[in-house]
Amino acid sequence: MYFRLFSLLSTSLLFVATLLTSCDDKDPAPTQPGTLDIEIDHLVGEQPLVLNTGSYTTPAGDQFTVSTFRYYLSNFSLGKADGSTYLVPESYFLVDEAKPASKAFTLDSIPAGDYTSLSFVIGVDSTRNVSGAQTGALDPINNMFWTWNSGYIYTKLEGTSPQASNGGLIFHIGGFKTPNNTIRTVSPSLKGATILIRPNRTPAVHLQTDVLKLFSGVNTIRFATASDVMGGANAVRIADNQAAGMITVDHVHAN
Amino acid sequence: MMCRLALGLAGWLPLACSSAEEAAPLEEVPGMVVPANFPAPVYSAEENPPTPAGFALGRVLFYDPLLSRSGEVSCGSCHQQFAAFAHADHRLSHGVDNRLGTRNAPALQNLRWRRELLWDGGAKHLETMPLAPLTNPVEMDETLENVLRKLNADADYQRRFAEVYGRKPIDSQQLLRALAQFTASLTSANSRYDQYARGEAGGTLTPAELRGLSVLRQKCASCHATDLFTDESYRNNGLPGGFAADSGRAHITQQRADRGRFKVPSLRNVARTAPYMHDGRFATLAQVLAHYDHGVTESPTLDPQLRRADGQLGIPLTAGEQADLLAFLGTLTDERFLHDARLSEKDR
Repeated sequence: MYFRLFSLLSTSLLFVATLLTSCDDKDPAPTQPGTLDIEIDHLVGEQPLVLNTGSYTTPAGDQFTVSTFRYYLSNFSLGKADGSTYLVPESYFLVDEAKPASKAFTLDSIPAGDYTSLSFVIGVDSTRNVSGAQTGALDPINNMFWTWNSGYIYTKLEGTSPQASNGGLIFHIGGFKTPNNTIRTVSPSLKGATILIRPNRTPAVHLQTDVLKLFSGVNTIRFATASDVMGGANAVRIADNQAAGMITVDHVHAN
Repeated sequence: MMCRLALGLAGWLPLACSSAEEAAPLEEVPGMVVPANFPAPVYSAEENPPTPAGFALGRVLFYDPLLSRSGEVSCGSCHQQFAAFAHADHRLSHGVDNRLGTRNAPALQNLRWRRELLWDGGAKHLETMPLAPLTNPVEMDETLENVLRKLNADADYQRRFAEVYGRKPIDSQQLLRALAQFTASLTSANSRYDQYARGEAGGTLTPAELRGLSVLRQKCASCHATDLFTDESYRNNGLPGGFAADSGRAHITQQRADRGRFKVPSLRNVARTAPYMHDGRFATLAQVLAHYDHGVTESPTLDPQLRRADGQLGIPLTAGEQADLLAFLGTLTDERFLHDARLSEKDR
């Protein structure tokens, strides 16, 4: 539904977008916008993530399984070599390991151009956290919304671990107010690749999300001491791990 | 009603110019006009333009126990109009299966002016606030998914939602915005005090009430500020017993400095919203005033306003001052609001 709305929008915004791009584009010929596909693989270290049956070990040696893994990616932005950027409006996506279709989506109506960087938010910007009833990816029916301390859960990982005090893992990462702000903007390296947005092309960026990076990196998370996290200081420690490299670019398809 | 203010009118000009079925006569949806003695609202009418059909739908939803898991509890169960939409004579809210809540159901009035809702400010928008009681196991104990399933299985709701929103099926945004049409309409601004403040007919206060107003301005208004009678802050007002059972604002911020802090409630209609405090511990306003006079208890987060230069705690109030305050607080009762037939319980 969200995507359908988007393509409708893209058609109607074509003219406007063309006008906008012509301002900062050296190309004298009017250029039409293009799309960018985002495809995501979920890994645990070197292994693919398999819900419930896959068993894994953190770098610190804690064993665990995963029953739920979902997170928001939002506010996609593409940058050119000259430093200019284009923020994809209304780009909110809920990625859910249990819903394979959610691991591939399209950013529409991007002004044609050669883009050398990609950045996005892991989570939801603070404005949308307090903007009233939302639809689409941000609909509270997706169970990614705290009702008692209202705001979005940006990342939800649940599962089991023998090291956890009650055997269960609940990591609900969210919060937008200091000092418990867990909104993180990341710009994973394109490894020298350029994203060529053209009306006649369908380029794709292939991302990898590594579950182990939630628990290692800047901060080592041990399940004996942190297995039930709903916002707060431990959520901030995990968000810092996420920002430090949970999502990397595997490759870019020029297509 | 007599003050159709510049601010309110200006806000409504665009609506008035739009098509006939959209433009609601001002009287048809309560609470559309910003009272002269109120600041600009936080949740402006432009955010969710009131319409008679949207308001009527929100009103039906507010009073429909279908929203709870067991079909027993509606929003109106704990928010009764005659008590300014608080729960009269109930210290704590009552949920499904006779489950007892943890807090005193607060009055619902002038919600357009609230930046944050609930005693701890955990709800940050009027539209998403109902998700808290809806999903709380000791309140309505329901899921959003189930509520929408029930609404979508109901031909009457299907028709009414489609009339207002022009699309199917009923989704959470429609439900929450319809409820907000009703909750945003709960403006209480026609007490005798309001008539006094706006210089309207009938706005006369007795000498005792005027003395009470003077005491309030001198000793209470640093928290119960403006004509909304709250500064929307969170404060520890020195209730004895500690905060192990309910840490208040700290539950939201996880900051030690916020332990025992709760939202300063408005004093509007306060004579009708007993019991008082977040846990409903005081049955009468006289007990509340006695608490401020000599019941305030020391704790690390006690509000500085309740510490006196001589090291004593609380707000000294003579018997005469207390009597005058009680007299004044009675002038904040808005009978028109408490008996407005447009806000009363209505079956479909």
